[in-house]
Amino acid sequence: MLSAIVAITTLAAVFGLLLGFSAVRFRVDGDPIADQVEALLPQTQCGQCTFPGCRPYAEAIVRGEADINQCPPGGEATIRALADLLDREPKALNPDNGAEKPRVLALIDEPRCIGCTLCIQACPVDAIVGAPKQMHTVIAAECTGCELCLPPCPVDCIDLVPADDGIAAWRWPEPDHGA
Amino acid sequence: MVNEYALLLVGTVLVNNFVLVKFLGLCPFMGVSRKLETAGGMALATTFVLTLSSVAGWALHKWLLVPLGLEYLRTLTFILAIAAVVQFTEMAVKRTSPLLHQVLGIYLPLITTNCAVLGVALLNVQEDHGLVSSALYGFGAAIGFSMVLVAFAAMRERIAAADVPVAFQGAAIALVTAGMMSLAFMGFAGLVR
Repeated sequence: MLSAIVAITTLAAVFGLLLGFSAVRFRVDGDPIADQVEALLPQTQCGQCTFPGCRPYAEAIVRGEADINQCPPGGEATIRALADLLDREPKALNPDNGAEKPRVLALIDEPRCIGCTLCIQACPVDAIVGAPKQMHTVIAAECTGCELCLPPCPVDCIDLVPADDGIAAWRWPEPDHGA
Repeated sequence: MVNEYALLLVGTVLVNNFVLVKFLGLCPFMGVSRKLETAGGMALATTFVLTLSSVAGWALHKWLLVPLGLEYLRTLTFILAIAAVVQFTEMAVKRTSPLLHQVLGIYLPLITTNCAVLGVALLNVQEDHGLVSSALYGFGAAIGFSMVLVAFAAMRERIAAADVPVAFQGAAIALVTAGMMSLAFMGFAGLVR
């Protein structure tokens, strides 16, 4: 009886020590520069930079595989911040990745929604709630306006509306250049 | 000798397949077989852990439990060893190969609760295997598990696109398919032993 208790306790202690030691020995230091770059990105996870999300793009910038001007949602402000951080010359947004637009939100036209869940699967930030054959809706506070939910929708019931960011972000509507 | 080991390996992979003949490790078999990629990741992670924990279990049994007369504590000891091996593997992989860690990611901790891992360790004791046979037995079990898991995932991907009657959709058709695979594997019975 005593030998059993001692043996198992010793074994557990040995495994604990081994794991504790290897936790220290194998500690993974994150890439601090990639963390800083990621903090500057807008976290829309939209993939317009051609990378699957903001974190992979940040890592690609640090590795030198991507330029700093591939983020349309961040626009000029993000490019400047990145240029400051990495001590590079700021440059214009790469038009291949898209154009800078005011921040938008996805809005589901609920009577037309058929409850197919395709947009839920496409949403990179889980901002859409709903269940099969039930109406879906967008959580406005979570939506990043990445537009990834538009292509999969079979009934085109998702619209993009300008985000209401409060009085601080309000600006005059652009003048009408039309005829 | 070599012949014996080869027979053991073939026997574990095909004839006494852990999933389809012994019905061990069914949870990951049903759980992560919906996509081929996840099945591949799980197969890799399990192969690694199963081989390692099989040897660790054998060593613990031979050098700790038998000398102290504590064979009745097998299950407890093996679970302890498996959990430690899995944790250690995760840390080591994260450090040495971040890419592999990204692929295996969430599957590594899941293996702790895979009954095939404990099953292999216990069967090693039951069948009185030596060091090399233990390692081969664990490796063979893992290869068999991987092969079946990947094949099953490939089938489920096709079934997802097939016109399945409503009553059979989802888990029901998956279980029927698994049963048929099991029947097919009975064809190997008698190949070895």
